[in-house]
Parts: sequence; C-alpha cells; structure tokens
Amino acid sequence: MASYNLNINGKTYKVEADPKMPLLFAIRELTNLTGTKYGCGMAQCGACTVHLNGNPVFSCSIPVSAVGKQAVTTIEGLSPDNSHPVQQAWIAEQVPQCGYCQSGQIMAAAALLKRIPNPTDADIDNNMNGHICRCGTYVRIRKAIKTAAQIMSKA
Amino acid sequence: MTGAALTVGYYMPVLGKGVEKIITKDAADTLSMPLTSWISIDKSGKVTILNHRSEMGQGSFQAVPQMVAEELEVSLDQVTIAFAPGHQSKFGSQITGGSSTVRGAYQRLLRTGATAREMLIETAAKRWNVNKADCFAENGFVVYKPDGKKIGYGDLVEEASKMEPPKNVKLKNRSEYKIIGKPLHRQDTPSKVNGTAEFGQDKKVKGMLYAMVERNPRFHGKVKSFDDSAARKIAGVKNVFKVQMPVFASTREGVVVVADTLWGAMQARKALKVEWDDSGFEHLSTDQLYARMRDDLKKTGLSQRTGGNPVAAFEKADKKVTAIYETPYESHSCMEPLSCIADVKDNVCEIWGPIQAPDWIQQDISDRLKIPPENVTVNMTFLGGGFGRKAFTDYTAEAVLISKEIKAPVQVVWTREDDMTQGPFRPGAVYECKAGLTNDGRIASIQAKMAGQNMDHQWSPNPDKTAYNSSTTEGFAEHYFQTLRNYSFEDIPTESPIPVMWWRSVYSSTNGFAYESFIDELAHEAGKDPLEFRKNHLMGEGGERYQAVLTKLEELSNWKSREKNSGWGVAITECFKSIVGEAVKVSKNAEGKIKVDKVIAVMDCGWYVNPDIINAQVEGSVIMGHGAAAVHATTFREGKAVETNFHQYRMPRIGDIPQIDVHIIENDEKPGGVGEPSLPPYAAALCNAIFDLTGKRIRKLPLNLNEV
Repeated sequence: MASYNLNINGKTYKVEADPKMPLLFAIRELTNLTGTKYGCGMAQCGACTVHLNGNPVFSCSIPVSAVGKQAVTTIEGLSPDNSHPVQQAWIAEQVPQCGYCQSGQIMAAAALLKRIPNPTDADIDNNMNGHICRCGTYVRIRKAIKTAAQIMSKA
Repeated sequence: MTGAALTVGYYMPVLGKGVEKIITKDAADTLSMPLTSWISIDKSGKVTILNHRSEMGQGSFQAVPQMVAEELEVSLDQVTIAFAPGHQSKFGSQITGGSSTVRGAYQRLLRTGATAREMLIETAAKRWNVNKADCFAENGFVVYKPDGKKIGYGDLVEEASKMEPPKNVKLKNRSEYKIIGKPLHRQDTPSKVNGTAEFGQDKKVKGMLYAMVERNPRFHGKVKSFDDSAARKIAGVKNVFKVQMPVFASTREGVVVVADTLWGAMQARKALKVEWDDSGFEHLSTDQLYARMRDDLKKTGLSQRTGGNPVAAFEKADKKVTAIYETPYESHSCMEPLSCIADVKDNVCEIWGPIQAPDWIQQDISDRLKIPPENVTVNMTFLGGGFGRKAFTDYTAEAVLISKEIKAPVQVVWTREDDMTQGPFRPGAVYECKAGLTNDGRIASIQAKMAGQNMDHQWSPNPDKTAYNSSTTEGFAEHYFQTLRNYSFEDIPTESPIPVMWWRSVYSSTNGFAYESFIDELAHEAGKDPLEFRKNHLMGEGGERYQAVLTKLEELSNWKSREKNSGWGVAITECFKSIVGEAVKVSKNAEGKIKVDKVIAVMDCGWYVNPDIINAQVEGSVIMGHGAAAVHATTFREGKAVETNFHQYRMPRIGDIPQIDVHIIENDEKPGGVGEPSLPPYAAALCNAIFDLTGKRIRKLPLNLNEV
C-alpha cells in the first residue's frame, strides 16, 4: 500500500492504494466516482476511458502509481450540467441505449474533437474503434460526433 | 411523495382467484389487497409512474411512462419514473424478454392512466358542481370547458383517492394522441451522458462486503479441494469458502473470497489454489458437438408442425434442393458484466442488481431460502445490457447463498472473463432443409429439421424429451404456412452439458438464417427474383402485411434497378409478433474484400409507442446480428469456453458499421415486439447479398468477410 494524491476533475483525492491497482479501480472504489466503467480489464473495450492531461486513456490498464501529478478527468468532470457539446450532442441524437459504455465513448469523442474539430468518417473510425458498444449505438455515435463538432464551431 | 396521494393500479389476483381490476391504494389497504401502484400523484401534483420492467437499453423506462402519461394527460417532464420492485402478484410478469413490455401490457397501462384521469375529472366536476362532460384533462390540470377555469391534479388527489375507480373507461383514439407515437427523448438519457445512471456495480449498500468467485471453468464442475493460505493473507480478506451456483437443474461449484474491498477480493482470488473435480459429465469440444448435431439430423425428428404430405410432394417435385446450415454458440457479452448485492437476514432477503427477471428471481430466492416471497425484495438498477443473460437466476442465487453464509450484505462481482466463459450461451444449431420445386417456380414441399440443444430440457434432471421444441418454426414468416401446402418442421434435441439460454430473439436468431437462406436458394433454383419469389409465396388473404413490408423494401432499395456491380440480398422473418424485412447491399473494396455498404430495414410492429426507440432498436439489432453473422462465436475445447475476453470474442466496431436505414410501417395492427425482431433476418440477408455478388453460398456462420 502507498499513499497517492490524485488530481481528479480539479480536486485532490488522497488515497491509499496498492501501487499496481489500475487507475480505474482507484477512481471507482476509492473516490466513488462511478461514472467510469469496468468492461474488460485489458484495454479492449474502452468503457473505462478517462483523460490524462487531456489525452484519452484506458484507465483499466494504467497503474495508479504511474499517474503522479497528471490531471485526471472523468465523465463527472466533463461538465457540471450536461452542457459539454458532446453531452449535448449525445442527448440531441439520443445515442445511449443501455448507457454502460457511453462514459467511455463520450470521453473519447471529447478528446477527438479537441484534437480534430471537424473529424471525417475516417477520423471517427480511427479514434473510436477502441470502443465497443454491444447495444449497437455506433450509427448515432458517428452522427453525434458531427453534431458536437457543429455545436463547438458555433460556440 | 408529500401528503395524501392518489395511487391507482391493478389488483392482480393469483391465477384463478378472482378477477383482475383497477383499484386505489385506499381500497387496497382496506381490503388487504396487493396493489400494483402504477401511478401515484401527490398533493403537490408530482406524478410518479412505475416501470415494472427492467431497462437494459431497449427503452421500457421511456415506453411504459409514455403510455401511462398519454391517458393520464400529463407531459413526461412532469413525471418521475421509478423502477418497480420485483413482485409476482403485483406487477404480473416482469421477465423482460420476448420483446413483450409494450405488447404484453399496453392495454393495462393505458387503462390505468385513463382511470386515474377520469377520477380526477369527476372529482373536479363535483367540486365545481358542473357537468363532468364539460370538463377535460390537460397537462396535469382538469379544465372546465365553458369558462376555461382549471385545477391541478395535486388539489384533487385527496378526494379522488376515496372514489371507487370507474369501470370501462374510454381510451383515446390514436388520432388524439399527443405523446404516444412521438419520437420523444428518453428520460434516462441525461443520466447516461454524465455518469450518474446507476448500474449494478455502482450500487453500494451500508456495510457491504465484496466477493469474487473462482468457479470451475467446466460446466457442472465441482471443487475437489482448495488451498486458501495465501489468499487469507491478503489485507481485508474476511472469509474463503466453497459455494455452489445453481445452473438450471445442475450446479457449478467455486471458491468464494469475501473481502472488505473489491481490490482485496480480486487479489485474494488470484492467490487461491483450487483443484477441480471434473467427473461425471462430458468435456465437449465444438467439433464433437457439431459432429453430433449433424449425426442427429439423420434421426427422425419430433414434429412441431406438419401440413399436407411433404414427403410425397418432395418425391414428385420437378426439382429437388437440399442444404445444411450451421449457426454458432454465442455469448451475450453485455458491456456490463454480472454483479449482484444480496443481504440475507433471518427470514428476509433483499437484493440489488442488473436484473432482467425480478419476479422470477423473487420466487427463486423464496424457494431457496424457504421464506415467503413477500419477504424477498428484488431491486432493479439500470442494466448495462441484458439480451437474455440477466433473465436467469444463477448469479442472484449465488449471491444470496454467500450472504446467507457470511450473514452480511455482499456484492458478488464478475469479471469479463467470468461473464464470457461461464454461460449460459445461445445454443448453436444445425439445420437440414429439403424442398421440391415445381417447373413454374413454386415450392411444392419444404421439410426443415433442426438439431440443437433444447433449452427446456435443462430445468429438470429428468426432462420429458419426447416433447417437440415449439420454437423450431420461430422466425419463419407465419403466412408461409398458409401458402405452402406441404411442409414439416422437426427438431432433434442434441445432448450436451453446455448451459444454454435466451439470447436476443432466441431461436429466431438461428432459425432465421437457415430458413431465409434456404428460401433464397430456392428462388435461385427456380430462376426467380428472390424478392419476387418471397412475394409470390406470401400472397393471399392474411398476406397483406408481408406484401407491404416487401413492397416497401423493394421501393427503398430500388430493387428492380439495383446496381450490377454490387450484391443485394433480402430476407423477411417474423419474431414476437412483428414482421421485419431487410435488404443488405455488399460490394468489394479495393483489396477485393467484401464490405457491407447498406442495410435497409422495414419493421412492421403494428401499434407503437416511440418511433425513435424503434429506430434505435432496429439499428442495434442489425449490428448485433452482424456480430453473430460475421464477427464472433463462442467455441469450446475440452468442456470449457475458449473465448475469454474481447481479444478473442471480437465485436463489431464503429468502422465495421454500414449505413442503416429504418422504415416503420404504419398500420393499426396490435403491437408487436421491438427489441429483438430485427435481428433474425440480418444474417440471411447478408449471405444472400454475398451470393448475389459472388455466387458463393454461405451456409455456416460466422463467416469471415475477409475470406469470402
């Protein structure tokens, strides 16, 4: 066990954790931010995606000891009120079905749009292919990313 | 709820004891009747509508209140939606399967809403001393037509709750609907884009411990011995013991570790050393299993449905066609792996989890603990996918047994590997289809045989294996039976120890591939256009809905003028009272590999509630159908599932998804299912399209698009 000061959504959380504990479990079990989901535990599905200094990462595959002072952003930190353009677009296009994978999808989409404000279909494929949705909301995810890009360009 | 409330619901008598009727909570309390309190309105006017079904993505959380609110005359943003607890005698069947939420309860839900509305109108009319006929309800108010004065529902509930509910209330005409039939945004969406929707593993209960179970990787396997010395040294570990998980009439044993943190339980589980007892059952591999199914096809089947004289008609036919089709086992692989919290105390038990069959689980736990069902509270969270897997009692029973042993609330958490390898799985099946054609291109006789595991045979140690599988014809368009004079559908139950279970659209998911691929082969042999051939065999009285679906498909795909350098395939199936036709377009990419360009789906589900949810369900079903047709399968080696996680059980991803166009047929037929019926036609339509493009007939799934 070791002590870590995790910077999550702009807040410092002091946690005691096994150094090899994946960041995912530190977030879910030690800070009670349960919006980030466990899906596979081996970087195959993307349900656990959070931002580390703004870049999307699979939190199931990063040990808590490797996080250091990097800023972690989870779905709860994206906006306080569903006002982030990606969240707005997800509502407008009615993307979620069961919703379980959507935190990861949204975090990945938000990071993509920061890097590429007007993504092509190929950009979307390349950046979202690591994210599984068993309900099959992919058609709407693609649409919502384009809607979010429009919302952002008007802002 | 603040203050006195009007609560209206159904009294649902246990079968055969009295008549189902609408009552108020006041009356139910006086008569000690169990009440299905579907609607409650408190003095502040706040409306709560219960959703008695689980929400696993398919939209019951929206569709149920959308129906009630229509007749109650409230807008959905005035409504709080809550999950009903599992209760067999209060809510009727709550097993969320068979795409039955709307079609199974719509009349009841509309009546409940209308009854409450009429009681509120009557109360207002009495208070104003005016004629009830001059009053109407709108947006949570009763309005007096002549002068427009109005009064909120909250001000009427106290008086209304003392009324006897009127009988035979008049339901609205479809043309009067303001809510039903509209693509309203789902009420659960906001919580699903900010991480606040609570799924099974997000739920915490005071004093809760965590458990993980190392189960025998072989179905029906037992524990011979285990060494927990290392596991017990892990910080926070409270207990380690052997636990049995009931799986149908059998059990699977494992060793459970209980710890005060999930991480502790995970580490301790890894430190266990278990020796398994794998005696007394077969250790099958996929090759052996499919060889057995193919052998079984040589046996005489159990006849589910026979018409005319198919054997004689086959012998006399001008042209004879025979084909064998194979479909694989599949894992449900919901994105949310299983979990369940159980808290057993003396003679009461409460559980929380992603639960698809709350009432059934209530009864199962009641039976296991030998306590009355009323003492078992089953609470639903949102489900991160269900697809049939979470309508089973194994994971809940195991959690209950663990809590009972440790006398504390405990959450049993499954890993992805547990979820993917333990089953139950969708059963695969092998089909033999034989048909005779006439020279003028009609089917003279069709004989279909299915060899595969019968799900019904698992429940008892000595099941009746002489009964036919009544699901053998699922998926086959019902009207074919009117036009095909000579037919037989038989099944041979294949013996296997693999636990099998409902998987989105159940037997239709495999039957649809075999039957609609075969119809396509027959069209080709008859020298007919495959869409026209289907139309020709779905004509006559009662065939109108099938004709309408096919005609719409023909129109949307420009079928008659379709491009020559791409392949088009069509299929039509019927599942849970809905008819779906799909047309798939494929082409070759620059490397000469097949790619799916477009899917057009035409859904006839009759009367419907929310067209946008239907569109979403069709899109999702097509994609799940694509997975089972062309991406994944569960295989077995020496009695164990081979695929353990998504690196082996691969999933369709965003880059694999074609354009999907959905069209909903408008008619006034009774509501059919929505969540499942669009899956069955997809695999056949895809393979028929590949045949159209390449001349290669795919008869075994999953196919590999890169290798066609």
